[in-house]
Amino acid sequence: MKSLEELEEIRKKTLESVNIRTERQGTRVVVGMGTCGIAAGARPVLLAFLDEVSKRNLNNVIVTQTGCIGVCRLEPMVEIYTPGEEKVTYVKVTPDKVSKIVSNHIVNGQIVSEYTIGAYEEEER
Amino acid sequence: MQLYRSHVLVCGGTGCHSSGSDDVIEVFNRELEKNNLQNEVKVIRTGCFGLCEVGPIVIVYPEGAFYSRIRAEDVPEIVSEHLLKGRLVTRLLYHDAVHEDETAKSLNEMDFYKKQKRVALRHCGVIDPENIDEYIAFGGYKALGKVLTEMKPEEVIDTIKASGLRGRGGAGFPAGLKWEFTAKAEGDKKYVCCNADEGDPGAFMDRSILEGDPHSVLEAMTIAGYAVGADQGYIYVRAEYPIAVKRLSIAIDQAKEYGLLGENIFGTDFSFDIGIRLGAGAFVCGEETALMASIEGYRGEPRPRPPFPAQKGVFGKPTLLNNVETYANITKIILDGPEKFREIGTEKSKGTKVFALGGNINNTGLVEIPMGTTLREIVYEIGGGIPGGKKFKAAQTGGPSGGCIPAEHLDTPIDYDSLIEIGSMMGSGGLIVMDEDNCMVDIARFFLEFTVEESCGKCPPCRIGTKRMLEILNKITSGKGEEGDIEKLETLAKNISASALCGLGQTAPNPVLSTLRYFRDEYEAHIRDKKCPAGVCQALLKYVIVEEKCKGCGLCAKSCPVNAINGERKTPFKIDENICIKCGACMSKCPFRAIEKK
Repeated sequence: MKSLEELEEIRKKTLESVNIRTERQGTRVVVGMGTCGIAAGARPVLLAFLDEVSKRNLNNVIVTQTGCIGVCRLEPMVEIYTPGEEKVTYVKVTPDKVSKIVSNHIVNGQIVSEYTIGAYEEEER
Repeated sequence: MQLYRSHVLVCGGTGCHSSGSDDVIEVFNRELEKNNLQNEVKVIRTGCFGLCEVGPIVIVYPEGAFYSRIRAEDVPEIVSEHLLKGRLVTRLLYHDAVHEDETAKSLNEMDFYKKQKRVALRHCGVIDPENIDEYIAFGGYKALGKVLTEMKPEEVIDTIKASGLRGRGGAGFPAGLKWEFTAKAEGDKKYVCCNADEGDPGAFMDRSILEGDPHSVLEAMTIAGYAVGADQGYIYVRAEYPIAVKRLSIAIDQAKEYGLLGENIFGTDFSFDIGIRLGAGAFVCGEETALMASIEGYRGEPRPRPPFPAQKGVFGKPTLLNNVETYANITKIILDGPEKFREIGTEKSKGTKVFALGGNINNTGLVEIPMGTTLREIVYEIGGGIPGGKKFKAAQTGGPSGGCIPAEHLDTPIDYDSLIEIGSMMGSGGLIVMDEDNCMVDIARFFLEFTVEESCGKCPPCRIGTKRMLEILNKITSGKGEEGDIEKLETLAKNISASALCGLGQTAPNPVLSTLRYFRDEYEAHIRDKKCPAGVCQALLKYVIVEEKCKGCGLCAKSCPVNAINGERKTPFKIDENICIKCGACMSKCPFRAIEKK
């Protein structure tokens, strides 16, 4: 170790990978990973979220999973919990929708209405 | 570096290790591969989480789910349910780690952790102790960088002095002063040593720090080396701590590879190296002069002080000696500033203290509390109370050098000075809780037996005096105590304290003195009434069958290994005292609780 910069580089590099273990108050992205969700393709969606979140260095975002949310026909479903706001549920999510959800909703606070469960139900009616 | 969506932290401290955490890790890795999750989920072996009672412990992030008592056979369920499908396995979660709505509580919400403040243990259970990168990620070696590039040695010493940090090894000597004495001592060569010869019965604080966060000690020793002008450090650790020794060696190798130990650290002209010296396990080697003799390769025997180690230590050179926990606080003080450190604790004792909680307590384990926390908070809130709803009788702190704190002092804020005032001492941090079924004379005898065995034999007060005290205690507990024995104990205690060569001998009578101070009536009951009020001392016990309660079933007679119980079926049985060996087998067998200990 010849300099502080070198140390800082190692710190930054590793921090990303261990940051998951610190208590975070930020947004939680919950992917439905019941049998239904997995069958409908939830895993690529989850991986896409992970990828997007780390690409954008969103240290305060947790990507996690849950069991069957109940509306199996609309899987893969993703719920986004932002502290102090109502939960938003996205349905029939595919990996290509992920980047828009992350950039619009998580980063800029604009809900992507057309992907939400509300929009979907409207449409069905 | 690869990113994982979930981290599985498995405790690899000594407690969980011996209850099978290695198998748990192995099965986790196997199951993850089977489910094709090995690139999404990472398994990490960490240091001690503290709640050893319910180990092996597994924490899954990002949820922070706290699983307890995990066996290898539970692992497939956690992998398929939690890690694959995202459903917590509630049946395996620690009972206090779940909200009512079945989501996981964060650690700080759990009763066990709520009142704790983890400073020395800040990385234990958070990082992989065998991976220097993880230590660096949590701010490791930043303090060393700051010290070497921005601070003068005197500034470092002033910072430590200003923090009010006192030695965590027992006596509580101000750490900054020790550093200053060593820095000011004349010498062409100086040493920095770390006392990891933790020997108190039931204590495992230093062991857990070394196992869970070895780099924090290495970094602090290097900082100390810079401050006092030393270029060589030694860690004196007992050989019976194999995991600690292994992780320390790995840590030293990694630090050398990164150039954080060795020549020209951070491109400065400061060089420092650390070596490990293994102790064979003699208690006296925790005493500073004996420890240094042992490092030099001589028999571990103390010598008179002065000269103190700061003047003449290892190989006759000025030496700084601190204990593991003291070092574990250093980097935090450098990075956050001494003011921040002073905010924690009481007026004269700053910071936190780690205790190894043991004995009659629900949450056996490792706890770190701010100084000034009361014993009641430790026992009843963090420790979860006493098993079986039994009554608290006393807590023993300070090991064989300390004393017993009775129930009347449960609300005393714990710090160095208050403990001395009530006849005990901080010691290195063993805290053994005793309930109403413990005989205090027997406890005193236990600790004295320990010091008698561990006395190095160099000075007569300790070698002969403690032996005489033990003989008197043996006499009392076997029912042969006489009037005047207590006074004899007191005289011996006074003389040994005043004349023994080292701390071990000087403090050896403390367990006797403190139990005499608070539980004199128990001594008197043993001597005058030939009774052991707690029912522990076998020679003073009598098992009797209460005629009115006995239904004459004969189960007791069947369970008696020496056929001391006789009687006709359906009439009360009788125990023959001359044959009875007082094993208690009959008492536990009797369905009617008709057998009593008197």
